Amino acid sequence: MVREHAAELLEVRNLAAKIGERSILKGINLRVRAGEVHAIMGPNGSGKSTFAKVLSGHPSYEVTGGEVLFQGNNLLELPPEERARAGVFLGFQYPIEVPGVSNSSFLRLTYNTVQGARGKEELDPLEFDDYVREKMKLLEMDPAFLERSLNAGFSGGEKKRNEILQMALLEPKLAILDETDSGLDIDALRVVANGVNKLHTPANGIVLVTHYQRLLNYIEPDYVHVMEGGRIIKTGDKSLALELESRGYEWVAREAA
Amino acid sequence: MNSAVRNDYLDRLLQGQNTLPEAPSTWLRKLRMQAVERANELTVPTVRDEEWRFTDLSPLYKLPFGPAAGTGAIDAARLGSYSIPEALTRLVFVDGRYSPGLSLTAPQAGVVAANLAEASLAESHLGKLALMDDDAFVAVNTAFLGDGAFVHVSRNTKAAAPIHLVFVATQKDTAVYPRILVVAESGAECTIVEDFIGFADGPYLTDAVSEVHVGENARVAHVRVQRESQAAFHIATAAIGVARNAGYSNWTISLGARISRQNLNVAQEGEGTEFSVDGLTLIDGRQLADTHSSIDHAHPHGKSRQLHKTVVGGGAHAVFNGKILVREGAQQTDSGQQSRNLLLSDKARIDAKPQLEIFADDVKCAHGATVGQLEAEELFYLKSRGLDDAVARNLLTYAFAAEIIERIPVRSVVDKLEQYVLERTQLDQTQSKQA
Repeated sequence: MVREHAAELLEVRNLAAKIGERSILKGINLRVRAGEVHAIMGPNGSGKSTFAKVLSGHPSYEVTGGEVLFQGNNLLELPPEERARAGVFLGFQYPIEVPGVSNSSFLRLTYNTVQGARGKEELDPLEFDDYVREKMKLLEMDPAFLERSLNAGFSGGEKKRNEILQMALLEPKLAILDETDSGLDIDALRVVANGVNKLHTPANGIVLVTHYQRLLNYIEPDYVHVMEGGRIIKTGDKSLALELESRGYEWVAREAA
Repeated sequence: MNSAVRNDYLDRLLQGQNTLPEAPSTWLRKLRMQAVERANELTVPTVRDEEWRFTDLSPLYKLPFGPAAGTGAIDAARLGSYSIPEALTRLVFVDGRYSPGLSLTAPQAGVVAANLAEASLAESHLGKLALMDDDAFVAVNTAFLGDGAFVHVSRNTKAAAPIHLVFVATQKDTAVYPRILVVAESGAECTIVEDFIGFADGPYLTDAVSEVHVGENARVAHVRVQRESQAAFHIATAAIGVARNAGYSNWTISLGARISRQNLNVAQEGEGTEFSVDGLTLIDGRQLADTHSSIDHAHPHGKSRQLHKTVVGGGAHAVFNGKILVREGAQQTDSGQQSRNLLLSDKARIDAKPQLEIFADDVKCAHGATVGQLEAEELFYLKSRGLDDAVARNLLTYAFAAEIIERIPVRSVVDKLEQYVLERTQLDQTQSKQA
């Protein structure tokens, strides 16, 4: 929801980044205010996922130019864990499997770590169990997932539900969801999208990185940005996504050239 | 080091042999004598032997250990912390001597758990799997045969609970010779936990030999936990023979000792056997831990799965040599081996060597080895959830080790080992922070 006087959450100015010697982001500009949903679309290799990772502090990428302000503060000088505590959340395209660590103890550890850093109350195992079970209902998740190892042997859809469950627990100001729709069948997509919609409030912002328009049938964006060659080359409203779906990406690149 | 010096070392180990209590039976006396003769013809290994390339025992050869004079005092409370509540039978050996007072037996029809020296049933099986022909440490162990653990499970009998075999060393500058013989008759089932614990506050040598006979259609789960004192030397051989259609599972866990060597030889004695062999080595400081396994597929339709993991911190050194032998005629063998190694510091070292020798043509053999540090992508995932770098590293190290521990079929052993790993990884972190 776009509101004229909503607080600014994220301001990206002319951001450039590389991995190794390869330059991937070449001057990105983006502003996200509280309450807004932004979709970042674009063909494979356009830099969408890199942008998501750079915002959350992935160590493989080096920022070579520009700046990123999160609630007015320099985000780029913070290590990933401090960005998370400050309220930036990245939903991974490929969540990591950690056999041997139970999902419940991992979720409680991250929840309490972030709560502690925000000066809020931590929960003991029993309290947390009640709390997390409530959140799991949002995503129609079976409580049996708590006893399994973190993401180990989870299907694609189960992993994505578990990502959004973490979003529900960590209550980010800014959630960046990287290809959350990939690998989901239509039922799982509906459940995950409903979960995200329930977590979206006038106080937080959501950035959806996606290749397909499909997800946007469920989570309605206020802005749609098209990335190409490491830049945002076109911005529009949700109708742009529909146009991309029917016409593909090439015409945007030609228009921008 | 020339062979005279090396022989001298064996001579000195054997010097105490004549102070042993008289063997209670003729066959035992005979076996001892054969072993002394054999030991006199052998030399101890050096790094010039291919099988010992990475494991230099010369620090051991500088220390002339003798047999323990009597049994040391034992802190019962401390020993109690190692107890396994699930185990209704526990045989405890202190400095090589059987301790009936510390042991626990729960009589069950068809199950014998007793001191080897007093078990007449042992004769037909003892020394049949762990051969002393060219292994000086097996020969010396056999020369000192006396007290030991003997487990016999009769035909089609299932041992009701895990059997815990505890070997505690309390005296420094001594050598102890634990001996274990397990016989599972056809259709029998049992779970054995071997536990090597060090309370001594200085160097000593544990030279252990285990033999496990798994009869037709029998199932044996065999856990070996090595948690000797940090100054100890631990050299152990486990030899297992598995008959037709039987199953054998092993978990070899190496945590303690300054230098340790665990040999595990599992051989098929008939068709259709299933082996599962897991290992975990978790060491740091100046420790060296060497695991040598040999899986011998000598008959058709054998299946084996092996996962060996090492976690090496500080300036420690882990060695893994995993041999898979598929003999001619062992068709339809299905064998898989994975060696996964985690280095926690720049000075840590791992030598991992899969060794496949295949002489049959219709077989499936897969193997793989990885050596690495914690994955940047995995660390990033955990940190992106707000966890500190140190916490994320501990969690991943713990998870790496826990994958093996979780497979152990005795819950309290799993819990205690996981607790141990958790404490140890946190300790590593604190130390590296202070450094």
